[in-house]
Amino acid sequence: MALLDVKNLGISFGGLRAVNAFDISIKKEQLYGLIGPNGAGKTTVFNLLTGVYKPDTGKVALDGQDITGKKTIDVSKAGIARTFQNIRLFKKLSVLDNVKVGLHNKHHYSTIEGILKLPNYRKVEKEMDEQAMELLKVFNLDQSAHLEAANLPYGQQRRLEIARALATEPKLLLLDEPAAGMNPNETGELMDMIRFVREHFHMTILLIEHDMKLVSGICEELTVLNFGEVLSQGKTSDVLNDPQVITAYLGE
Amino acid sequence: MRKMKKMKKMSKSTRSSLITYGIAVVAFVIMQVLISTGNISSLLEGLMVPLCIYVILAVSLNLVVGILGELSLGHAGFMCVGAFSSAFFSKCMRDVITVDGLRFFLALLIGIAAAAVFGILIGIPVLRLKGDYLAIVTLAFGEIIKNLVNVLYIGKDANGFHFSTKDVLSLNMDADGTVIVNGPQGITGTPQDSTFLIGFILVLLTLFIVINLVNSRDGRAIMSIRDNRIAAESVGINITKYKLMAFAISAAMAGAAGVLYAHNLSTLTATTNNFGYNQSIMILVFVVLGGIGSIRGSMIAAVILTLLPEMLRGLSDYRMLIYAIVLIVMMLFNWAPKAIEWREKNLSFLKLRKKKEAVK
Repeated sequence: MALLDVKNLGISFGGLRAVNAFDISIKKEQLYGLIGPNGAGKTTVFNLLTGVYKPDTGKVALDGQDITGKKTIDVSKAGIARTFQNIRLFKKLSVLDNVKVGLHNKHHYSTIEGILKLPNYRKVEKEMDEQAMELLKVFNLDQSAHLEAANLPYGQQRRLEIARALATEPKLLLLDEPAAGMNPNETGELMDMIRFVREHFHMTILLIEHDMKLVSGICEELTVLNFGEVLSQGKTSDVLNDPQVITAYLGE
Repeated sequence: MRKMKKMKKMSKSTRSSLITYGIAVVAFVIMQVLISTGNISSLLEGLMVPLCIYVILAVSLNLVVGILGELSLGHAGFMCVGAFSSAFFSKCMRDVITVDGLRFFLALLIGIAAAAVFGILIGIPVLRLKGDYLAIVTLAFGEIIKNLVNVLYIGKDANGFHFSTKDVLSLNMDADGTVIVNGPQGITGTPQDSTFLIGFILVLLTLFIVINLVNSRDGRAIMSIRDNRIAAESVGINITKYKLMAFAISAAMAGAAGVLYAHNLSTLTATTNNFGYNQSIMILVFVVLGGIGSIRGSMIAAVILTLLPEMLRGLSDYRMLIYAIVLIVMMLFNWAPKAIEWREKNLSFLKLRKKKEAVK
């Protein structure tokens, strides 16, 4: 059974049909790519999946559970985590605290316990510290754990955003242009990292990307969007050789 | 190695908060010694409780402005709620509960609870707004609270309480009834239970709650909303809940300051200067000049800017001029890029430990 099953998803902004009749089906532990020209509606699809927008039509099911039109916070609890095209970190918090915010819903103690620093506070905070440090280690950020997130170099900020998303222990990870602004070297490292995340966390990943080298290098299946509609869908090699895709997006 | 680092980190935040408590305690002890040896003018001595009030107000507003990152201009309104609800209670209970300490403690709880309830009631609709809009609406709510108190008449006679929003006569009381809240004349005859010691204890409690809240799971959630609301939502932070929490806790603390204020004076009236926008903006000035988000800064700024006008009284007309200059200098020192650069270069020894840790 598919982990993410989307049927006939659509939304209009005024007279503009931003996304129309969008279907996608992603299997567990698959690396899936969503590509298309600028303004095709890729990020809108992400926003529909994560509850930022409510779809006009269609159904979204995650692991058999209907999450259509749910609020962002409930989508997060259901198991979808995302990163953003323009990095959105908690800039003034430390790197460690950024990840700990991601762990927020996995560890609990009451406000009173926190203010009075009761034993449960110490115990849970210690667990959170350890778990967060482990994640940071995976992403090679443990050296910078106590730096302000805003002071990290660009590439590390991207990694931290992925670490924070993974801290929520999602079933599905959405990456919105993870390679944006990276040079070929960094993109290469990113590809290795995405592969590693998939294997290490048994993660299912859906990513938006413009970098064709990255897409053809790691994605097993692709969906191409154009003007809000699915242009082509299937195995990466088939899609990239589809004449329609070449005309609309890749160029001759 | 990792463990060591973690312990260092723990002790770093603990050390920082210990310094803050330390400054408060030392200041208190110095003032107490000066007072008991009679080395201080009675005017300055009378300023001790207001000093505590302003510190509590500044630190609590910093929770909304600095930690939650929303601009609120209605802080004095919550202080007003705390002041009037507690003064009302104290006046009614003056002859029933004769133990001053107990009566004040109950009044304090009532003032805090009333302000917190108002904080939640106002917060629910208002916190949907952001930035300037939120500032304007909170400003309006602060004024509404103050003006409502000014038209409130409450009397008590053998039949119980009487309410009116017109005048004393329309209370329709028996001849033996007493007016408790008398519209613009406010409440007179509140027992003067506030002392410097009580004020200081409340300051410490405020610091304790805000500092520990910031270092807890809830505090992180609140700060994540400040830094990036959309990202906070995407990792499953309940925005409404945490905004409301910060707002209500801040209002409750302002309520406590109001209780101190009400029990420091024999006559309690609501004017622009004590519960109006003038006061709200004054508190905001403490927060901004002390450094938004810096608890210690708010405390120090509140003390300096409350004491300064009194210390400079001898200079008569030049007093406000110097006050204004101090405001500008503090502003530059805290916020100007060049000043920050200079501070980092020349005062770096204060942050030496922090840097060492970062390099490791």
